[in-house]
Amino acid sequence: MYQPEYEAMPRLELEALQLERLRAVLHRVNDHNEFYRTAFANAGLSPDIASLADLKHFPFTVKDDLRAGYPYNFFSAPMHDIVRVHSSSGTTGQITVVGYTSNDIDNWADLMARTLASAGATADDIVQVTYGYGLFTGGLGAHYGSERLGAVTIPISGGNTKRQVQVLADFGTTILACTPSYAILIAETAQEMGIDPKTLPLRAGVFGAEPWSENMRKQIEELLDIKAIDIYGLSEILGPGVAAECDQQHGLHVNEDHFIIEIVDPETLQPVPDGEMGEVVFTTITKEGIPVIRYRTRDISRIIPGECACGRTSRRMERITGRSDDMIIVRGVNVFPSQIEQVLTGIEGVAPHYQVVLGKKGAMDTVEVHVEVAADTNFDEIRALERLQATVRNEIQSALAVSIAVKLVEPKSIERSQGKAKRVIDLRADQGGM
Amino acid sequence: MQMIEQVSVFLENKPGHLAHMARALAEAQLNMRALMVADTSEFGVARIICDNPQAAKQKLEAEGFGVSITQVVAVEIPDRPGGLAEVLEVLGANSVNVEYAYAFVEPGAEVAIDVLKVDDRRAIEVLSAAGMRVVGPESLYQLDV
Repeated sequence: MYQPEYEAMPRLELEALQLERLRAVLHRVNDHNEFYRTAFANAGLSPDIASLADLKHFPFTVKDDLRAGYPYNFFSAPMHDIVRVHSSSGTTGQITVVGYTSNDIDNWADLMARTLASAGATADDIVQVTYGYGLFTGGLGAHYGSERLGAVTIPISGGNTKRQVQVLADFGTTILACTPSYAILIAETAQEMGIDPKTLPLRAGVFGAEPWSENMRKQIEELLDIKAIDIYGLSEILGPGVAAECDQQHGLHVNEDHFIIEIVDPETLQPVPDGEMGEVVFTTITKEGIPVIRYRTRDISRIIPGECACGRTSRRMERITGRSDDMIIVRGVNVFPSQIEQVLTGIEGVAPHYQVVLGKKGAMDTVEVHVEVAADTNFDEIRALERLQATVRNEIQSALAVSIAVKLVEPKSIERSQGKAKRVIDLRADQGGM
Repeated sequence: MQMIEQVSVFLENKPGHLAHMARALAEAQLNMRALMVADTSEFGVARIICDNPQAAKQKLEAEGFGVSITQVVAVEIPDRPGGLAEVLEVLGANSVNVEYAYAFVEPGAEVAIDVLKVDDRRAIEVLSAAGMRVVGPESLYQLDV
């Protein structure tokens, strides 16, 4: 642990610290940010809250609110105090700009040092930062964390995979920071270059900035013979350093002394109890440049109840399983189709391609999941196919907590588009019995 | 004597799908000698003996079907009461299990040919030893593929 005084702080103390910091940030945005000042006034809310539970009365912030403030209007610090800006990638619309004060940069370095330390890194390590440097938060975020930790920092940035491999081998890199898919590409490129990636000194990696699965973790750990750690962050909240797995690799510890996490039902927007799936919402409680109150990330996860064996007291969020924009409601239950994909990657004999067909039988919603059989299946074995169908149905049902039917369909018969419309076909309005 | 190659085709439960399969084979100038469709409530499996199993597999896969080649035994069934029973008794006496069976008749032939999916390759030996006429690939389909 890099900062055990915070990472393992007793819960009561942590919550007292959160309350104090939350009050301060509510005052900051009320004083400096027109959007929040108006929203608080309209709702009759005062920054002087009595308890953490009062947070749930405050309005949400969404991406469009930040966009409307483009480029600097959403900042809550005078430009004089801003020392750096980054921006989001803009993949889902106009980019947003985020600003950091020197205190923000300082905290960020600590949080990324925590992240690297939770992957086992120390001042004796050599960290290859393969996240892109520039407006993207990944490269500089990891860079400052690595330097704060005292590790040797290689600011190689992304791209030129052969050079990445050469540096891994020649510089004796022990910790790799990049996206999980790039880690696989690096391993494969090493093999093509005649270098067995298992023989490299590399021993751990901190991977994030894109969703990945447990299967992909296994693949990376095998290919590179390392421990692969999932990290989470987004520029609107900080960048990398919001949450990270520990050596238990069971959920990502949220840095709760800097960020308050809530899980809310994406429909009702009411907070759900720990353990239940919903949309992740963050409130930054130490940020100065661009603090956000109840920012809806659109990411779907849940809090893993219980204490972690690693000794950290911060709560853990599960690996991101989807986006709230994709959610469907079946018989009153929120269902995230991306969970189906996760289930399918763990079952042999089927491809992770599916389509969900929603229908109605009388007043009841019906769900039929179409799943592709793997091309190398033995199609003569009817019983094996029936067993496969039953396995797929049971596994999906237990993941979604909704009863479904499964239809096995021919290999490669489902369109390979990622779009929501293709994944879910909703016939309920046509078949409606009520 | 060898086992013969049967083409097993996964069929989704949707109208016109079997016709699609038959049309595809016709387009590739492939002639079916035997066809058996097994179905469950959710999907079907078509089992085909044809004159060029590898070409059939290729064509059907190109059309999007899930296809496997399955090794089966083809044996002539004497044309008299009890003919099939004799064949099956030989297998039973030698502890060879039959998973499924179906029969077809070649044009102008005096005997039927029974196709047997067995769990033991010794089936051919024990049938031959008992005087049964096992049919090899050369008499059913082209081998030079």
